[in-house]
Amino acid sequence: MVSVTELRATRVPKGGARSAGQQPDASEIAVERLGIVLNGRPILTDIDLTIGRGEFLCVVGGSGTGKTTLLRAIAGLTAPSSGRVLVAGSPMSEPRCDVAVVFQDYSKALLPWRSATGNIALALEARRVPRRQHSQIAAELLERVGLGGQGDKYPNELSGGMQQRLQIARCLAQQPTILLMDEPFGALDAMTRQGLQDELLNLVSATGCTVFFVTHDLEEAAYLGDRVIGLVPNPGRIGIEVGVNLHRPRDQLTTREHPEFLRLRRQLFDFIKGHEH
Amino acid sequence: MVSRVFSSDRLPRGLAVPVVLVLVAEIAWVASGTTSDSLAAPSAVLLRMLGALADGSMLVATGETLRAAFGGLAIGASVGLALGLLRGTFGPIDELLDVTVEALRPIPSSALIPVTILIFGFGYGLEMTCVAISCTWTMLVLSRAAVIAVEPQLIEVGRVLRLGFLPRMTKIVLPAALPRIFVAFRLCTGLSLIVAVTTEITANPLGLGYQMMVAQQSLQPDLTIAYLVWIGFIGWGLNQVLVTAQRRLFGRVALVGANS
Repeated sequence: MVSVTELRATRVPKGGARSAGQQPDASEIAVERLGIVLNGRPILTDIDLTIGRGEFLCVVGGSGTGKTTLLRAIAGLTAPSSGRVLVAGSPMSEPRCDVAVVFQDYSKALLPWRSATGNIALALEARRVPRRQHSQIAAELLERVGLGGQGDKYPNELSGGMQQRLQIARCLAQQPTILLMDEPFGALDAMTRQGLQDELLNLVSATGCTVFFVTHDLEEAAYLGDRVIGLVPNPGRIGIEVGVNLHRPRDQLTTREHPEFLRLRRQLFDFIKGHEH
Repeated sequence: MVSRVFSSDRLPRGLAVPVVLVLVAEIAWVASGTTSDSLAAPSAVLLRMLGALADGSMLVATGETLRAAFGGLAIGASVGLALGLLRGTFGPIDELLDVTVEALRPIPSSALIPVTILIFGFGYGLEMTCVAISCTWTMLVLSRAAVIAVEPQLIEVGRVLRLGFLPRMTKIVLPAALPRIFVAFRLCTGLSLIVAVTTEITANPLGLGYQMMVAQQSLQPDLTIAYLVWIGFIGWGLNQVLVTAQRRLFGRVALVGANS
C-alpha cells in the first residue's frame, strides 16, 4: 500500500536550521569541473558545485549562460564533455528515477491523450507500481498539488498553472529525492506564479527534496532559495554565489519587504547588469 | 483541419453544387435535343446505374474491386507502417534504406502492371500487388515523418522516467504519432481504390474498372458513365467513413495541434 506518507522522503526534515551551511558528507549533488561542448561550441566550462541534501538552490543568469544545460547535465540528459556529475555519490550517465525534472513547457511535457490521472500513472507505470493502486495514488497526488477531483480532465482542459501543477504531481509520483526545475513558472501570470511558489515551498518542505531551480526571475530566486548561483556566459560558468539569510516559512509580503531580500535582489540585479553586453 | 470541410452541418450546402450542375446538364441536354454515341443524359446515367445495381452486376464488380483494394491496402499499409516506424525510430536504418526507397518510390504504380502480370498473371494477385506496392511507399514516408514529428520533449519525459524502449514506443511515440498515421491510412485507402481501378482498366479482367471498359467497348456511354459515377461515390463514401472515424478517435488530440 503506497500512500502519501510514503511519498515523503524520510530523510532530513526541513527547518530553519538547514540553510546554515551544509555538511560535506550530506552532499546530494556534486558537480566537478564540469565542461560541456555542444556542436563544437563550449556551453559550460569549469563548473564546480555542491548541493546539500534538502537544499533549495536557485540558478539565475541571462539567456545563453547554460542554465538549462547545467540542469540537463545533472538530470543525465546531456553527457559531460569533461568533468563529472555525481548524484548521491554515483556518476550521472543517464536519468535516474529518483531525479525528477519539471520542464518549462508544461504543454509539451504532458501526454495530451491521457487524462490528469493517466499522466500521473505514466510515472507509476515506469516505477512498476501495481495498476490497481494507480488511481488512488494519482488522486492523492492531485489533491496535494491542488488539483483534487480533476483527475478525469485532459491537459487541454486545464489552465497553464494547472498543467504545471499536474507536471509537478507526475514528478512527485516518481518519489524523487531531487527535483530539477527549469523555469517552471516562467510562462505563468504573476498571481498564479506567486501561488505556485508558495505551494512548491510547502511541497518541498513536506517531502525533503533537494531542489535545483532555474529561473530568469531574480526575485523568485531570492524568495525560494537557500542559496542562489548566477551564471555568466561565453562559455557558461559560475559568476556569483550567495546564501539567502531569510527565515522560513517565507511570506509573499513580509519576505519580499525584508531588507535582506531587497539587498539580495540588488546584488543579483547588479550582477546580471554587469554581465550584459 | 480536413474534417471541418466534411462536418455534417456543411454537407447540405456543399451538396448544392453537384445537384445544381447535374440539373443544369439535364436541362441543357433535353433543351438542345442532343443525341450522342459518346455521352449520355444524367437521367439516362442514373437509370442505367439503378438497373446495374438492381441486377447485381455492379455490386459484384464493386465487391471484386474492394476485395483487391482492401487486400492490397492491408498488406501495403502494414509493410509501409513497419518500415516507416523502423526508419523513424532508428537513424542508421533510416540512412541505410534512404536511397533504395527514394529510387523505388517515384515509379508510377501503373508502370508496375506489366511486370506484375509476368509474375502473377491476371487476377487478384496482380491487383493486390500493385495496390500494396503503392500503399507501402505512401505509408512508409508518412509514418516515418509522423514518428520524427513526435514532440522531442515527450521523448525526454520518457527518458527521465526511465521507460524502456518498448514502453517508450507504446506509451509515448505511437500514441503521439497515431493521428498522423491515421491520416496516412486515409490517403492510402483512397490510393488503393485508384490503383485497383487503374489496374482493372488497363489489364485486369475484374471489378468496376473492367466493367467500365466492357461498357465503353460495347458503346454504352450511359453505363460507362454510370460506373464512373459509382466509383466516385464509393471513394467519397470510404473517405467519409474514415474522416468520421478520425474525428471520433482523435478529436481531442487534434485540438492540441496534432492535426495534419
